[in-house]
Amino acid sequence: MVSASPPPLLEMRGISKQYPGVKALDDVGLTLERGEVLALMGENGAGKSTLMKVLAGAVRPDAGAIFLDGTEQQVTSPVDARGCGIAVIHQEFNLVPALSVRENIFLGLEQTTAGFVRRGDERRRAEELLRRIGVAVHPETPCRRLTVAQQQAVEIAKALAVDARIIVMDEPTATLTPQEVEKLFAVIADLTQQGIGVIYVSHRLDEIEEIADRVQVLRDGQVVAVRAADQLPRRELIELMVGRSLEEEFPSRRQSVGEPRLVVRGLCRGDKVRNVSFEVRRGEIVALAGLVGAGRTEVVRLIFGADQAEAGHVALDGQVLSIRSPRDAIRAGICLLTEDRKHQGLILSQSVLHNFALPNAAHFVAAGRGFTGWGFTGWIDQQRERDAFAGYATSMRIRANAAAHPAGTLSGGNQQKVVLAKWLESNSEVLIFDEPTRGIDVGAKVEIYGLMNELAEQGKAIVMVSSELPEVLGMADRILVMHEGRITGEIADPAAATQADILSLAIR
Amino acid sequence: MNADTPAALMPRLRHMGATVLADHGMLLVLGLLCVFFSIVTLDEQTPVGGDAAGQLVRRLSQIGDEPKQLVIVAGRGSDEDAFVSALAEGAATAGWSVAGISQGGPRDARMSLEAFAATDRRVEVIALSASAGAWGVFDGLESRLPAFADATLLRPEPTRWPNFLKATNLLNVANQIAVIAIVAVGMTLVILTGGIDLSVGSLIALSSVTGAVCIRDVCGGQAAGTAGMVVGAAVGILICGLAGVLSGGVVTLFGIPPFIATLGMMLVASGSAYIIAEGQSINQVPDAFVWLGRGADLAGLPNAVVLMLVLYAAAHIVMSRTTFGRYVYAVGGNAEAARLSGVPVRRVMLAVYVLCGLLAGLGGIVMASQLKSGAPTYGQMYELYVIAAVVVGGTSLSGGEGRVLGTLVGALIIAVIQNGMNLTGVESYTQKVVLGLVILAAVLLDRLRSRRG
Ligand SMILES: Nc1ncnc2c1ncn2[C@@H]1O[C@H](COP(=O)(O)OP(=O)(O)OP(=O)(O)O)[C@@H](O)[C@H]1O
Ligand SMILES: [Mg+2]
Repeated sequence: MVSASPPPLLEMRGISKQYPGVKALDDVGLTLERGEVLALMGENGAGKSTLMKVLAGAVRPDAGAIFLDGTEQQVTSPVDARGCGIAVIHQEFNLVPALSVRENIFLGLEQTTAGFVRRGDERRRAEELLRRIGVAVHPETPCRRLTVAQQQAVEIAKALAVDARIIVMDEPTATLTPQEVEKLFAVIADLTQQGIGVIYVSHRLDEIEEIADRVQVLRDGQVVAVRAADQLPRRELIELMVGRSLEEEFPSRRQSVGEPRLVVRGLCRGDKVRNVSFEVRRGEIVALAGLVGAGRTEVVRLIFGADQAEAGHVALDGQVLSIRSPRDAIRAGICLLTEDRKHQGLILSQSVLHNFALPNAAHFVAAGRGFTGWGFTGWIDQQRERDAFAGYATSMRIRANAAAHPAGTLSGGNQQKVVLAKWLESNSEVLIFDEPTRGIDVGAKVEIYGLMNELAEQGKAIVMVSSELPEVLGMADRILVMHEGRITGEIADPAAATQADILSLAIR
Repeated sequence: MNADTPAALMPRLRHMGATVLADHGMLLVLGLLCVFFSIVTLDEQTPVGGDAAGQLVRRLSQIGDEPKQLVIVAGRGSDEDAFVSALAEGAATAGWSVAGISQGGPRDARMSLEAFAATDRRVEVIALSASAGAWGVFDGLESRLPAFADATLLRPEPTRWPNFLKATNLLNVANQIAVIAIVAVGMTLVILTGGIDLSVGSLIALSSVTGAVCIRDVCGGQAAGTAGMVVGAAVGILICGLAGVLSGGVVTLFGIPPFIATLGMMLVASGSAYIIAEGQSINQVPDAFVWLGRGADLAGLPNAVVLMLVLYAAAHIVMSRTTFGRYVYAVGGNAEAARLSGVPVRRVMLAVYVLCGLLAGLGGIVMASQLKSGAPTYGQMYELYVIAAVVVGGTSLSGGEGRVLGTLVGALIIAVIQNGMNLTGVESYTQKVVLGLVILAAVLLDRLRSRRG
């Protein structure tokens, strides 16, 4: 038999998937060769995760077939997929919170003797895997105690634990710091050396340039381009993704910083937050930078009343606030966009509209008494609610008919936009954004940056926690760097600073 | 258009079907059950009262339209009275004149017919009510009394109609389920927050007992007036509200799982009911006390059913149109996200348990009124029926998903199954088995649905 070249490692043909009201995938094909990294790109909601879920057997397509080494395979369940050597790290994590890191890594692959788990062996394997991707967590820590980045690392370890031939990573770096990203890339290089094919989904263009061999772009559920990575300049890639060109990544803003508004003094909580003091002035965007685990999220949770501070106080416009719960904080004009949208930001089973309205009850209560007395006597004006949401849906390009659907059915990036919309509507004076652009496509990112600038120009005080250093450098007026619960340095002029400057303060 | 090719249409149709089933599946089940029991209980029905009169009037007008005379014969009782007055009126409208009316037993009928024959007047029709139609006195009447030689005897003809669908039976179904349905409103809220309240059965007993004791000892016993009865009912309901405060407080302040907290409350309430009632049934209540449970003031609807419908309407509006409703769903869907969105999670949870207690108390008062007494044995196992109504109605036990009106459908499904089995003579042990299987099927449906989502 004559064949020009061996069949590709993976080929997906004619995959279609219809959801109520959306054609998530429309006759999509994909090929992956041995040892290559294929970047899958596209706007939020383009269908990337859905395509990967089809590959993982988690979503059943309406049409299409999957071929491995040229033979068709029925991948109708995650177990099938694993049997075929396909490992997928999903965008939204799937760890069992009550189980330990080790147990999660080996869930379904338990190494047993006569029905008993060989814990010792598993622990050694787990330690080795974790070391390989360079994270320092103990294998017996319950997953519910991990930070988002650590959870991400466990997901990767879990994929590596299966002897996979194809590894899919759906936005694996969204929660990682630069060092961790570097380690992950080393792991990927190692994997491709062994002939493993990697499908890599990300919104970070720098990364794509660094590791991808080929790029496939989806838009509205259809393939719009497949190219070698080095033949696809950034500008063109963006155009392919969002269907228009973007002028600048970080829109500029009129600089007009005024008097201090949010003043934080001596906040303490255990060894996570140690004597943190800073202030944010009118119209200023202050970034909290640092490694994951440096205590940034913990600080903003204390300000917001999500946790109780052991010492210290928070003042707004010269008034010391007594905040004992997020509810107090919201009433005082402070809001927090949390980093973990699945568990903290959204109620996935409820409609997008209800999620949007949740902290804003007072705005939509007909009698205007939403936050008085027992706090839930209000009569909701549903029309006002829908109108308000429609405004954000247009400006942030959230799918128009999304309002009535459960938040959990939106793509990851669109979920993030809903969280943003709900806090923007709350009209707070202090806005704290914890990883505001995680999982958001380039086009929407620019829009969100624009919104943040607009808020700053309105005289609000903005705190931004971000692990994306270009974003920190591009957006902040001032950068505070944290390390082990303390503020270890300040960069007053981000325009003149580099990523290395931040890192040197963050690592010490 | 490309999107409308049959291949593209199929998955969409399948989706639509699934959505309809998910949203209204239980309503469909209820409808099918009603159809099923209607067919099974199809039976010969001899109309009585107004229905019988209506039928006879229709047949009278077919006899001809020149003025004619009739005699009405009926027995005694409210149905018969209704028959006579409706027929007299209907016949007059149809152009007939009523020559005589006889109400009483067969003897009375014979005597008045004989007296009538003596007057020498003639009648074309003798109209009999269903019960009079069965008397022997009319056999061979024309030969005994020549005055009636060409008179036609009109009796109501039996028609075929399901026993299940008789208005009295349907009202009975609704009345039977009223207590469970009322309590299930509160339980729906609790389950929507992801909790459960096992104490409602005992609270029904506690409320019936405290209400009855209060009427007996404080408000004047059988001589108590309306105010006294209202006070008694209010005390019973408030005691249960207090129990709700306790279980809700334990759940929210100390984070005790609702299952355990309300299990404790279940024992406390049941024991208290026995202590307060000294183990006895208390029936020293005025006759008027049955107004709520047995009266029917609004268009023939039992008052308990009216109360139930009003509560469901109110709860539906509260849950869909107010902040509180939203908060309940939010707490059940994801309590942490709700807290971080400024929802007063603890207060919402507390309120939900208090409401559930109050409604259980109300259910106890309705039950006491139906049975004209309060007893510590009331409401046993009711918590299970109530939970079953909620779950069969499509509310997810893990919280955050479900609807109040679904619970009403769930309660009706349970009631219809019970009633249908009673009508078809299924024995009570078998009834339990069937009911249990229905609940299992409903939970299975719930699980399949959440897996799909
Ligand atoms: N379970 C579901 N039910 C209904 N619609 C869904 C469901 N899952 C995904 N969708 C829709 O399918 C479309 C594609 O979603 P998908 O998650 O694949 O996007 P994505 O490309 O991964 O986006 P992102 O970059 O934001 O992660 C979106 O419009 C989304 O709302
Ligand atoms: Mg995605």
